[in-house]
This record gives sequence, structure tokens and C-alpha cells, in this order.
Amino acid sequence: MRPSSTLLVGIVKLLVGAYARWIGTTPSSVQRIYFANHTSHIDTLAIWSALPRNLRRRTRPVAARDYWGTGIRRYIATRALGAVLIDRAKSDPTVDPLEPLRAALRDGDSLIIFPEGTRGASATPARFRSGLYRLASEFARVELIPVYLDNLHRTLPKGAALPVPMVCTVRFGAPLSPETGEDRDVFLERARNSVIALGTAAT
Amino acid sequence: MIEHLRSIPREFFWLFGSLVVLLGLASAIGAWLRSRPADEKKAASRANLVARINAWWVMVAILAVAFLTGSTMTLILFALASFFALREFITLTPSNPGDRLPLSLSFFMVLPIQYALIGMERYGLFVIFIPVYAFLLLPSIAALRSDIDDFLSRSAKQQWALMVTVYSLSHAPALLMLDIPGAGPGADALLLFYLLLVVQMSDVMQYVFGKLFGKTKIAPLVSPSKTVEGFIGGGIAATLIGAAMWWITPFTPLQSAAMSAVIVMMGFLGGLTLSAVKRSLGAKDWGVMIEGHGGVLDRTDSICFAAPMFFHIVRFFYT
Repeated sequence: MRPSSTLLVGIVKLLVGAYARWIGTTPSSVQRIYFANHTSHIDTLAIWSALPRNLRRRTRPVAARDYWGTGIRRYIATRALGAVLIDRAKSDPTVDPLEPLRAALRDGDSLIIFPEGTRGASATPARFRSGLYRLASEFARVELIPVYLDNLHRTLPKGAALPVPMVCTVRFGAPLSPETGEDRDVFLERARNSVIALGTAAT
Repeated sequence: MIEHLRSIPREFFWLFGSLVVLLGLASAIGAWLRSRPADEKKAASRANLVARINAWWVMVAILAVAFLTGSTMTLILFALASFFALREFITLTPSNPGDRLPLSLSFFMVLPIQYALIGMERYGLFVIFIPVYAFLLLPSIAALRSDIDDFLSRSAKQQWALMVTVYSLSHAPALLMLDIPGAGPGADALLLFYLLLVVQMSDVMQYVFGKLFGKTKIAPLVSPSKTVEGFIGGGIAATLIGAAMWWITPFTPLQSAAMSAVIVMMGFLGGLTLSAVKRSLGAKDWGVMIEGHGGVLDRTDSICFAAPMFFHIVRFFYT
């Protein structure tokens, strides 16, 4: 484990704890896509810190290139976390923004994604974007794991400069996958509901 | 470092040695119990026992390191305990956007300053810093932001959080500031050890006596596990243990019994009162930090109430 990432994990644990709760599944080196609600800049780090150390090495967060692509943020994202940067703005219309994600999945890495595409104000996620469905149909053998992050919208909400330390649990739910012939929007709503359900699950 | 090790009184090593032996015994019993067949309920309560013992090991190990490496480490350790306790309290406390700055300042400014004042032995500022400066200024920040919904209730809860988890708890390591005339080197560290030992023994003994003889609940709505039999039996046992430890303190055996009784009483009230606070915030355990022990605040609630009282009685009568 790189020293910079060990330091990051330490800071995250100090600020928010990031205690893992394996509710519908157990830690496993099976290739996975973790998808979660998104309210704060700590989200990625919280999920990553909650994973057992041996899984972190092959688990790559997906981060927006317009925010994480420059300066110190780029260093944290790519060097410490091995993040896959995604081009949300679609600056080159001929390139599918999902392409770097497919490359990582073909390499056998697991991914952490936020299907809302942006941070929301409340812990209940907004509508999911279609990328999750597309990746799920193209990589049928990769497990999709819903993840719910609590309290982080209070710790460091959109627009806040300083964090307020609070205890956060990271809840991992049972894997799900699109059924044969399942409509895209139906599946995305089902995936979103699986995250919401984890929010009310007893820990 | 070597210099510091020499200044540690001999009693210290005896104490840690005995604690390690006691815990070793407890662990052996735990392992033996777990190896015996049991139904699901029994197995769960045995697992809980082993988890409690393991948490004790961790606490003793951390304390040993802190004591052996000097007062700065002790202060850092208590500052961290305050940080985690405050984090648990604030997690359960509802807050508005206007509270964000005062809350961040509580964690990143008020808390470090409070402990730094102990390190610099600035008693005068240490006792008023939170009750005067933080008390007046933090809610003012929230008021300046015109976030007035439920204002008094919000700021009162945040003040409580700071008073209990930072101000009160910091009185335990503040014992290191005391200069007791005629006492040898390391006497202040032994006082801190004495406080922690009596508080923890009282918790353990009340738990044990409660499990064995507990019938009459003291305050069933607040804390169903606290019973009259547990409190009296455990309290007397802890007072006797404390009295028997008079030789590491500036007290006579009788004074030591009185001191222990105060610590036991305040520790009990701390556990009860903070249970009431916790329940009014809608939770059963404060957090998830120490395995088997609920949260950091569940472990330190008795110290939070016992430390300031013990500190001021010692300061008044012995310095």
C-alpha cells in the first residue's frame, strides 16, 4: 500500500470513521462495481477506506475529470487512489465517456461509481444515469453492489469548506443484476431503490 | 526518554504488572468459556464478554504507552478520546447549516486549545476557556448567520457536547498539572491512574454485581441495566479497592476510601445522566468505536463526571 493512501485512509477514519457494515454480502475479491449515493467529496474515500486493505489495491474509484483532473486533487485521485477519470463534460463528442471504465473492467479491476453523476443535497439519491445499466449489460459477470453512505451529507455537504467530523457507516448490500429483457429505466430505478433500502436497514 | 523512564515511580510497574496478570486471567477464563458447548444466547453473551476483555486489553495497552512515553502522549491520547466522544455526540445531535462553522471550530480549535492549555500548565485559562469564551462566542457565530430555527435547543445541545466531551474529560489529564507538596516524582501520573482504575473497577464491579444479584432497577426508562444491588455491591467493592490503593496517592486509607466513594458516585451519575442525554437524542449506543463497548462516550461517561470533581477536591485539599 502506498504511504500517501495509508495517510488518506487514516485521515478519513479519524474524521468520519467509515465503518463497514456488510449487510447483504461479504468482502470478496470477485470483480465488482460498487455504486453509491453521492453527497460529499469524502464519499469516494469513505467507501475505499471501508474496504479491506487487500481489496483496495484492485478497486478503483471513478472521479470526474473536470474536478479531480488538476493539481493536488489529481495527485490524490490518480496517484493515491488509482482513480479512473471520467469526462463528464464530453469534451470530445466522438469518444464514449465510459470507455476508460470499460478498460479498467477489462483489466479485471473493480470500480466505485456514483450513478447520480453529481453530488446531491440529501442522502436520498436522485435519478440514476444510464452508465450503470450499460456497464452491467456489457460485463455480465461483474457483481453490482449497492452501497449506502450515511451522514456524509452533514459532514461535508456541497459548498462547505470545513468538515464537521461525524460517525459514518458504509453499508454494503446484496448484489443485483439486470434481468433478461429488463427495461433500462426499470433496472436503474431498482438499483436506486436498493441503495435507499440500505439507508433504512438496521445496522 | 531515559530520563523520563527513571522518573516513573516503581509502583507504576507493579500496577501495570498486576493489571496484565488480571486481564490474562480474564482472557484465559473467556477462552475456556468459549470452548465449552453453549446454546446461541449463551454463546452470544460469552462472545460479548470476550469482546469486553479484549477492549480492556486495548485500553490498558494504550494507557501503558501513554504513561511510559510521558505527559505529552497522555495529553494527545485524551485529546483523541475527546475528539471521538465529541464526534459521537455531534453525530446524534441535529444541526442546521448555520452550525457548521461553530461545530468545525469546536473540533479543530476549541479542543486543541483546551488540551494545549493543560500542556502549558495554564490553570486559570484552562478552567474558563470553554465555559466563558466558547460558551459566549460559538452561539454568537450561529446567531450572526441568522439561522434561528430552534436556536436555543441547538446551541444548548452543542454546548453540552463540548462541556462533557472536552471540558469535563480534559480534567482527567489535568491532574498532571497539580503540584502536591511533599509528593515524589510521578505522583500526579499515579493520581490519574488511580482515578481511571477506580472508575473502571466501579463500572466492572457494578456490571458483575448487577448480573449476579440485580433485581431492583434504579431508573428503568433511562438505563435498564443499572440496579440497586449492582450499584451498592459494585460501588462498595470499588470503594474498597480504591481505599486499598491509598499507598499510591497522597491520601490516608480513610481519605482514599472517601475519594473513591466520590469517584464511584460521580461515575454512576455520569453513566445515568449521559444515558438520559443519549436517549433524548434517540440512540442506544453512542458509537461503534470499541468492540463490545458501544462507543467511546459509553466508556468515558463515568470519567467525564468523576474527573472534574476529583480534580477540584484534590486541588482544594492537597495543593
